[in-house]
Amino acid sequence: MEIQTARKPSAEGFSRRLAEIGKQLKRNIGLYLIIAPAFFYFVIWHFWPLYGIQIAFKDYMPALGITGSPWVGLEHFTRFFRTFFFWDILRNTLGISVYGLIVGIPAPIILALMFNEIRRKRLRSVVQTISYAPHFISVVVAVGILFFFISPTTGVINGIITRFGGSPIDFMANPSHFWHLFVWSGLWQSIGWSSLIYTAAMAGIPPDQYEAAYIDGASRFRRIWHVTLPGIMPTIMILSIMSIGGVMNVGFEKVLLMQTDMNLAKSEVISTYMYKSGIVEAQYSFSAAVGLFNNVVNFILLILFNAIAKRAGQTSLW
Amino acid sequence: MDTIKQTPGEKAFEAVNLTLVLLITIILLYPLLFVILASVSDPRRIYDTFLLVWPQGFNLESYKAIFENGDIWIGYRNTILYTTVGTAINVFMTILGAYPLSRRRFYGKNVFTFLFTFTMFFSGGLIPTYLVNQSLGILNSIWVLVLPGAISVFNLIIMRTYFQTQIPVELEESAFVDGCSDWRLLFKIVLPLSMPIIAVMILFYGVGHWNSYFDSLIYMTDRDKFPLQLFLREILIKNSMQDMLGVAVDEQYSQRMMAREGIKYSIVVASSLPLLILYPLLSKFFEKGILVGAIKG
Repeated sequence: MEIQTARKPSAEGFSRRLAEIGKQLKRNIGLYLIIAPAFFYFVIWHFWPLYGIQIAFKDYMPALGITGSPWVGLEHFTRFFRTFFFWDILRNTLGISVYGLIVGIPAPIILALMFNEIRRKRLRSVVQTISYAPHFISVVVAVGILFFFISPTTGVINGIITRFGGSPIDFMANPSHFWHLFVWSGLWQSIGWSSLIYTAAMAGIPPDQYEAAYIDGASRFRRIWHVTLPGIMPTIMILSIMSIGGVMNVGFEKVLLMQTDMNLAKSEVISTYMYKSGIVEAQYSFSAAVGLFNNVVNFILLILFNAIAKRAGQTSLW
Repeated sequence: MDTIKQTPGEKAFEAVNLTLVLLITIILLYPLLFVILASVSDPRRIYDTFLLVWPQGFNLESYKAIFENGDIWIGYRNTILYTTVGTAINVFMTILGAYPLSRRRFYGKNVFTFLFTFTMFFSGGLIPTYLVNQSLGILNSIWVLVLPGAISVFNLIIMRTYFQTQIPVELEESAFVDGCSDWRLLFKIVLPLSMPIIAVMILFYGVGHWNSYFDSLIYMTDRDKFPLQLFLREILIKNSMQDMLGVAVDEQYSQRMMAREGIKYSIVVASSLPLLILYPLLSKFFEKGILVGAIKG
């Protein structure tokens, strides 16, 4: 940020400044031409939809268009808040997300720390490469593989359970398993890839810090605790803020795939509800209202946690 | 570090750590391994053993079955088309967006950066975006799959960081002295120097297109335009649901069920094949992409 000068801007100074800007623009006209397609892309597919948000407060009718449709105020929002399963949906959305964060934030850090303690470089790189292979599997295939594993008749997991004398569990029939299945299968896909970022951050820690700690007689654990962890703290903070900011988004494409009529009580989240009411049932305005509610809560959480991180004297997004 | 003498405690620590890491790695790898092994096994014998660690009765019947399936070919063709066109657009647009933002002389850099990154945190949402695509008249066409996601802000930032750190200003200045325009500079000098990051971008975007299903689920209505992932969804997810609802079990039915199970495994392998083959070769590039991105969160 530039420091504002207290001097009053004279008319002459202002026009000189304007001329300077004009010269800059003209000299770099090529850069503006280069960025133009990208700029128009953002205008069309990211800012134009913002204009369409107003249908959340209207009764959108395709024939009348966005502007022509009548205003109805907060009707769609109150309808959403009054649906008898509103609290279930909100609980599921937050529950799945928070559970996912509690598991998903520390796990890759721990894995990266473990990788980092392997001395043989070649072995380390092989196990790390294997660990993020699941990241490249599509979500459809990932859910397909999950279903193979939990099938009550042929699944490997039930095979293990029966082998040890238990009786097979029909995981998909009982809604109470849904959150666990979702979160832990998600961890399977994400842990290796997320750990990669921490590994990169650890590589940036100056080796003399470790040497100094060693000379001071710090044990392996103490070195991890006092050197490695503080070294990757900024990365941990940035990634945590980002994921907390996405807390309302869940992994909606995956939830949709895993959802059945049987587990709906635990699997319906705001975004799947928005998808069904909007795309399947074509209640555009209502669905837009649900989506807006979701986005606003998300945005507030992001700003809130960023502010907390800043207060705590840690890294923040802005 | 390697010169430091190890105490017995340290040695024990290493042994425990290594064992745990290997165990975790096996757990992470096994689901993929299982599917590959099951796909080449005799479907009736997959479940004979406790844990599949070797193909049971080597058998490629299910691969034959999926290649006789017309849907799979349609899906493959469409996915290849969408991935190629989509990735080309992605990379081109990302370069155009990232390059000016990486130049200090670009007046208004911060405004553009703010506008672009803002979209990462607040969006119009599903329906308003749908309505935009509807007004553009691109529903049920390839364009609705390749244009709305033309630039990922995350990748844009990675690319900008690369340009910022790897393309020296002096290079530009000497090019300008020779009377080079910005456009020529970008394509003749900057891009040839940026091949590593362009490779990373091709991989990131390409994998994204290959694996995506949701956009096609919303926007594509003609079956002959479906990408592979939508057919996979029908076979893997919808069928699984029916199986799990548990229908009557007679001898023939269970035979058919088994054959169908075998098909599922081979279809997973066949659809992930390009990535499974390329993955070990490309892993270096992926890691590089993450490293470049990690420089600036």
